[in-house]
Amino acid sequence: MKHCDVIVIGGGHAGCEAAHAAARMGVKTALITLKREGIGVMSCNPAIGGLGKGHLVREIDALDGVMGRVADKAGIQFRLLNRRKGPAVQGPRAQADRKIYREEMLSETECRIGLEILEGEVIDLLMQGDRVCGVVLADGCEISADAVILTTGTFLRGVIHIGNIARAGGRLGDRPSVLLAQRLETFGLPMGRLKTGTPPRLDGRSIDWSGLEMQPGDENPVLFSFLSKSVSARQIECGITHTNSQTHDIIEKNLNRSAMYGGHIDGIGPRYCPSIEDKIVRFSEKESHQIFLEPESLSDHTIYPNGISTSLPVEVQEAYVHSIKGLERAEILQPGYAIEYDFIDPRSLRPSLELKDVQGLFLAGQINGTTGYEEAAAQGLVAGLNAAHIVRGKEAIVFGRSNSYIGVMIDDLTSRGVSEPYRMFTSRAEFRLSLRADNADQRLTKLGLDLGCIGEDRKAIFLEKMEQLDRAKSILSTTTYTPTQLNAAGIGVSQDGKRRTGLDVLAFPNVHVEDLQSLIPELCDMAPAIRVQVEYDALYATYISRQANDVDALKRDERHAIPSDFDFASIIGLSNELKQKLVGARPTSLAQAARIDGMTPAALALILARLKRGNRAIRA
Amino acid sequence: MDTIFALASAQGKAGVAVIRVSGPMALATAQSLCSGGLPARGMSLRTLRDSTGNQLDDALVLTFSAPASFTGEDVVELHLHGSVAVVSSVLRVLSDFKGLRLAEPGEFTRRAMENGRLDLSQVEGLADLIDAETDAQRRQAQRVLAGQLGDLAESWRQDLIRAASLIEATIDFADEDIPEDVTPEVRILIDRVQHDLIRETAGVVIAERIRSGFEVAIIGPPNVGKSTLLNALAGRQAAITSEYAGTTRDVIEVRMELSGLAVTFLDTAGLRETTDIIEDMGISLALDRAERADLRVFLADSKEELGVCFKGGDILVHPKADMRLDKIDSVSGITGEGLSELVDRIAAVLKDRSISAGLATRERHRIAMERAKESLEAASLFLDAGTNQYEIAAEEMRVAIRSLESLVGRVDVENLLDEIFSSFCLGK
Repeated sequence: MKHCDVIVIGGGHAGCEAAHAAARMGVKTALITLKREGIGVMSCNPAIGGLGKGHLVREIDALDGVMGRVADKAGIQFRLLNRRKGPAVQGPRAQADRKIYREEMLSETECRIGLEILEGEVIDLLMQGDRVCGVVLADGCEISADAVILTTGTFLRGVIHIGNIARAGGRLGDRPSVLLAQRLETFGLPMGRLKTGTPPRLDGRSIDWSGLEMQPGDENPVLFSFLSKSVSARQIECGITHTNSQTHDIIEKNLNRSAMYGGHIDGIGPRYCPSIEDKIVRFSEKESHQIFLEPESLSDHTIYPNGISTSLPVEVQEAYVHSIKGLERAEILQPGYAIEYDFIDPRSLRPSLELKDVQGLFLAGQINGTTGYEEAAAQGLVAGLNAAHIVRGKEAIVFGRSNSYIGVMIDDLTSRGVSEPYRMFTSRAEFRLSLRADNADQRLTKLGLDLGCIGEDRKAIFLEKMEQLDRAKSILSTTTYTPTQLNAAGIGVSQDGKRRTGLDVLAFPNVHVEDLQSLIPELCDMAPAIRVQVEYDALYATYISRQANDVDALKRDERHAIPSDFDFASIIGLSNELKQKLVGARPTSLAQAARIDGMTPAALALILARLKRGNRAIRA
Repeated sequence: MDTIFALASAQGKAGVAVIRVSGPMALATAQSLCSGGLPARGMSLRTLRDSTGNQLDDALVLTFSAPASFTGEDVVELHLHGSVAVVSSVLRVLSDFKGLRLAEPGEFTRRAMENGRLDLSQVEGLADLIDAETDAQRRQAQRVLAGQLGDLAESWRQDLIRAASLIEATIDFADEDIPEDVTPEVRILIDRVQHDLIRETAGVVIAERIRSGFEVAIIGPPNVGKSTLLNALAGRQAAITSEYAGTTRDVIEVRMELSGLAVTFLDTAGLRETTDIIEDMGISLALDRAERADLRVFLADSKEELGVCFKGGDILVHPKADMRLDKIDSVSGITGEGLSELVDRIAAVLKDRSISAGLATRERHRIAMERAKESLEAASLFLDAGTNQYEIAAEEMRVAIRSLESLVGRVDVENLLDEIFSSFCLGK
């Protein structure tokens, strides 16, 4: 029987990142996908990044993942969101060329040493007790493995709806894997049902662009990868148009024919990405909704009209599209549809994304109730790194809420579960001011070096940057200046007699490194990127040190791991209600236990007492 | 690591009250209270003064240096005269020190454990104590929130969620259809809460609203003599008694001192099925108050007959001892039989829960409001600075909301998202 260390099932965004991560860690990895061309396909809007999501891409990149570099190559319009707000909440975003993205991802995957692409359908898992030890392909061939990562998106009971027509399927055009789903069912995992929608795709040649507002990308594009130097694809503009009262009338009259409003769908959809039907019903007072017309590729004419996802019948889609300015004669290339699917309650996962009850089996991506390429890829990365650690018999790698958005997401998923498709927002990160897109490398590349998942190129660039940063910080913190000196240099400070370092002064709003140049001439040689970094760090320094206690407390709790056979029920002094919640949630650390609703400091102390004592039965 | 403090001794008019301070700043704090000169380890008799030199109390000050202390950290114990006024003024002065905060229930124990200072059988013994402390705080908080402060806290919660969600919406949904400048509405909301906080922390109001002491509810079927018992306990005619079942409809409160503890007895409507709307309202009120009380005295023949949950520490006594042959575990408000035994049992249970719920909670709320006030003030300033400091304003809002958590409840990011999605049409 053929053997691989790690098998990744699925070649979407989670699958790619998982396979690359495992291979970078040096274990023999196979990526099994239905067809090679399916690798790196963007099935929804071809855009990467945004608020929170851009942070995730930077973090993936900081660990030498592939998404950032591929997106930079495929980017046809880059915009840094929140440019006018503080750096902590700025998120890079790019419109990507679907075709370039897929080709670049495929070529990265083909070139990766230690990673093999296998075309085929996995129909079953090989089991040894409650441990997964390989897979069975549709042609009967079996492959053994130490760890299997399942990244099969919406394949679990996926149903596609267009109006009142429903049919089984994952993405439009893909077949659902029934047998594998049946195997998963035997594990008895808790599941839920979600839905999501897409808009009709339009032919750009049939759109009248002449009267539409156009939105260009940023003049100085901010890229995703710490390694990328410049954009490589031709840059384009997106169009903006709006729905009108006629559009709303058409949709209102046909609401009962929408799959979502006609009662054909019970799954829960994301509130941040409602269908056009939803928008018109819930916000009936709004006379118009904005639509972004986003080109999907430089090499074909498909336009993604962002803002009008729908599950209305095709003829209604045509009617309402044609009522919109610029789209009067637009041709629909592919109708919009809604898809409903099962997800597995992510509370059944450990923070490594391995199932608590099925050893060696990892889940990543949409199957865990998330939405978005970036969320999927980040989970893939976590699963890939951890699968490699399992192969080596090493401890799980746990990302924390205090070091990354990845950690925030994993903790949200595994300790709180999901009630709608989970998407990252910056507001989910309580340490948002320190978890910035600009410092993702400083937060994570060091960790990656320790893990061994960072390539030589990145290592060199990173170490050089850190050296420059250290030098800059030491220049700015060794000497102190009196208010008189500072005022003479043109920096307004009150005459309080307090001596300040360069870093102290940079914490003031509107003070920049160049203002200090006359006082500290060495600063003239500082590279622009380093200047920016130093300024950002100084800007938030007060807040970051204020949060240090919270971070320490959290880390202390994270360090107290709770073994999987821990007996919550026998802890004396815990209320029955809490016991039930703990037994249900099975937190894997004291930090996770702390996030359970209704948890008290006292109860945590009791759990800790038991942990310290070891998991022996307590005297009655 | 924060330095934490709390009242470590029993509530009520004990002779001595002990406040424990633990953490890196413990000794420095004590030095500052005692005008210096304390040994790192030892016992000294000192006059404690606040920062302006006002005398707080003459106290015995015990200093322990790490690691040989209860928590394994530097610890100071202030043994004060056990008056409520002295204790609360010292707690207040401590809370004004930067880097000091009130300990959570169980936090001293937790630190002791982290530092390997507790043998684990000791921890188990402490479990009940911590639990009682948490429980007492929770009950006290519930009581506060059911009162007038509760309505206020609820309006703060709504205002704060709305204000924070507006700021977050402009941050997380920047490229969507959201007003660019939400400052005017946010400012109105913040100002409103700020105004309330200033009034509440001014002192007088909150002191009246947050009661200290225990609540003991007397419950039972109609006409078993609950009101008569209350009157006997109070030594005066506090509740109207009559031979008619269902006489007591409102909840009648009588405050008294029981073995040095402040106790409020609640006389409640008799529990029975009734068609009288007013009596029915009285019964549901009775059930509600009984649920929140620290202790319930079941004046009944059995625990089960009332349909009220019998919790740990609750007391069952049989009614009308004067009419019984078997007087065991029974009481009579008319003859006074069994009365002193009942008082002893109640006092024993309450002393067991010898934690300073009322006082500590009051102080906790005051500190929470003070901290929230500061953060809201800062948030306001950053809002003025324009959108490029919204994320810092949002951070200050988050700190404010967290400070007020004990009053307004936990506010999760989900609460903010709920508000955002119900107010704005998002999803381009």
